[in-house]
Amino acid sequence: MTRIVKRGSPMSKTFLSKAFILGAGLTLAACTSPDRFGSDSAVDLNNSAGSVAGSVSDPTSPAYFEQAVGDRVLFPVDQHTLTNAAQSTLDAQAEWLLTNSDYDALIEGHADEQGTREYNLALGARRANSVHEYLVSRGVPASRLRVVSYGKERPLESCSTESCYVQNRRAVTIISIGAGV
Amino acid sequence: MMYRFMTIVLAVLALIQAPALRAQDGPLRIEITEGVIEPLPFAVPDFIAESSAANELARNIARVVAADLSGTGLFREIPADAFISPVTSFSSPVQFADWKAINAQALVTGAVNVDADGKVTAKFRLWDVFAGQELGNGLQFSGTQDGWRRIAHKIADQVYSRITGETGYFDTRVAFVAESGPKGQRAKRLAIMDYDGANVKYLTDSSSLVLAPRFSPTGDRVLYTSYESGFPRVYMLDIASVSRRILESQDGTMSFAPRFAPNGRTVVYSLIRGGNTDIYKMDIGTGQSTRLTSAPSIETAPSVSPDGSQIVFESDRSGSKQIYVMSADGGEARRISKGDGQYGTPVWSPRGDLVAFTKQSKRRFHIGVMRTDGSEERLLTASFLDEGPTWAPNGRVIMFTRETQGEQGQSRLYSVDITGRNLQQVSTPGGASDPSWSPLQ
Repeated sequence: MTRIVKRGSPMSKTFLSKAFILGAGLTLAACTSPDRFGSDSAVDLNNSAGSVAGSVSDPTSPAYFEQAVGDRVLFPVDQHTLTNAAQSTLDAQAEWLLTNSDYDALIEGHADEQGTREYNLALGARRANSVHEYLVSRGVPASRLRVVSYGKERPLESCSTESCYVQNRRAVTIISIGAGV
Repeated sequence: MMYRFMTIVLAVLALIQAPALRAQDGPLRIEITEGVIEPLPFAVPDFIAESSAANELARNIARVVAADLSGTGLFREIPADAFISPVTSFSSPVQFADWKAINAQALVTGAVNVDADGKVTAKFRLWDVFAGQELGNGLQFSGTQDGWRRIAHKIADQVYSRITGETGYFDTRVAFVAESGPKGQRAKRLAIMDYDGANVKYLTDSSSLVLAPRFSPTGDRVLYTSYESGFPRVYMLDIASVSRRILESQDGTMSFAPRFAPNGRTVVYSLIRGGNTDIYKMDIGTGQSTRLTSAPSIETAPSVSPDGSQIVFESDRSGSKQIYVMSADGGEARRISKGDGQYGTPVWSPRGDLVAFTKQSKRRFHIGVMRTDGSEERLLTASFLDEGPTWAPNGRVIMFTRETQGEQGQSRLYSVDITGRNLQQVSTPGGASDPSWSPLQ
């Protein structure tokens, strides 16, 4: 049985997904990390740098889910309600999950570093749960979904300004085949 | 018989009820009451080695005693090069005039022996130099050579206690999270060390994210949160055997923020179910858990009062993060935090008189203390990110996590006394967070 290797951590996230998010019209102030991505990061959609399996040109692939559908939604400070942009992304996620019914999903909730460890863990859980509830409301069986909160433990961007915080306040949907949840 | 009136008065909040033991005739005494004054000058000459095997220990033990006392900020050590007369024997009379001349108000003398079996015995005497007499009786402590620092800490605890009238906190340990690696992929391991940063020992490897260890009231176990299962869950670890077991493993839930109740048998913690975080308690003998709050808001960071009757916790039920107190059995809660800003991580002091907390206000973080009814709030620190206070067992000092900002931001442990004085970094091998101070051993 094929098993998609889950990414080790959000840090292994490639430039591609960010490029896509920007392209998708979410207004993000990207916190660029030139040392990480280099100034010449050519966007090669067929090379996702070991991030997730498959080609983004294959609509049934995890790479497509991550980059074309969009695997994450962002939240305002201390909020867990879904913005219109987030709902659009989740509509697409739900559609993809309903089409590709072999996949299960783990929804990770995250917070930025402004807040205590405990509160942020609880806040990340609220965010992940918002995504969970929305996907279920769009017909994805709850049995295919699990949620986890990382609080502020796994920031995607490391700077201590809003340009990074906005990207860290997120819920990420990570798909895997037959996770057996 | 009027000796100079020697009282060092320290700035402890007016709310601290100091023992009313003000000296009438000026014995060696530090009153921990109010106002900030000079630290008390003291001397600790190298202890006398009573066997050649004790040479190194005789010096090292004296150094640790001195470091413990100086580290409180209440005492100031007079360096050895100022000494006029050497101490050559534990039993020979103290030359008080020579110590007065350099203004050493307290003098600690000692001797160390290592016997044929390798057992270390250290004895000490504390002298009130200006009174020309011993303060308390000589005492001796024994232990293994590996345990020599504990012997030193016990001597320092005695000295501190005799001069301040308060219990010491030097023979204690700190459980914490040792951190390494970049900010987005921080590797975290559970670790334990002496309160002064010596004898670091790791309790877990870095394969799973771990958070916030909390000592048991007897100091032999820690509760903590681990992602070992893929989800945050509460575990209990026996320090001596380094064996652990999961406490809360209900499917589809996450649990965190555990803390022992003073009885050592009950654990309070937060459980997340369906995105909602509430406070539970569990009897660790039976594994039976009871839900204590049920609100759609976030309820977390519970801490039980020393008498076991109440729980202080954090909630955003009002729309912002605030501190509440409820009965240890749950039920209605009353808000105690009153100031501007947001409050979290309340911790009841071992004396029962204060609650330490993290406050977030105007993009700064503070460690503070307030009375248990929320009055007389006092902020002790301010930085980009301070959080997670833990109390020294005598309720006089608080340790916490301070994280610096930016891509290279790192967490370190700091301590501060409850007057807001004597802020200092605690020695750790690298990044460190989430300290938990043990009881006095």
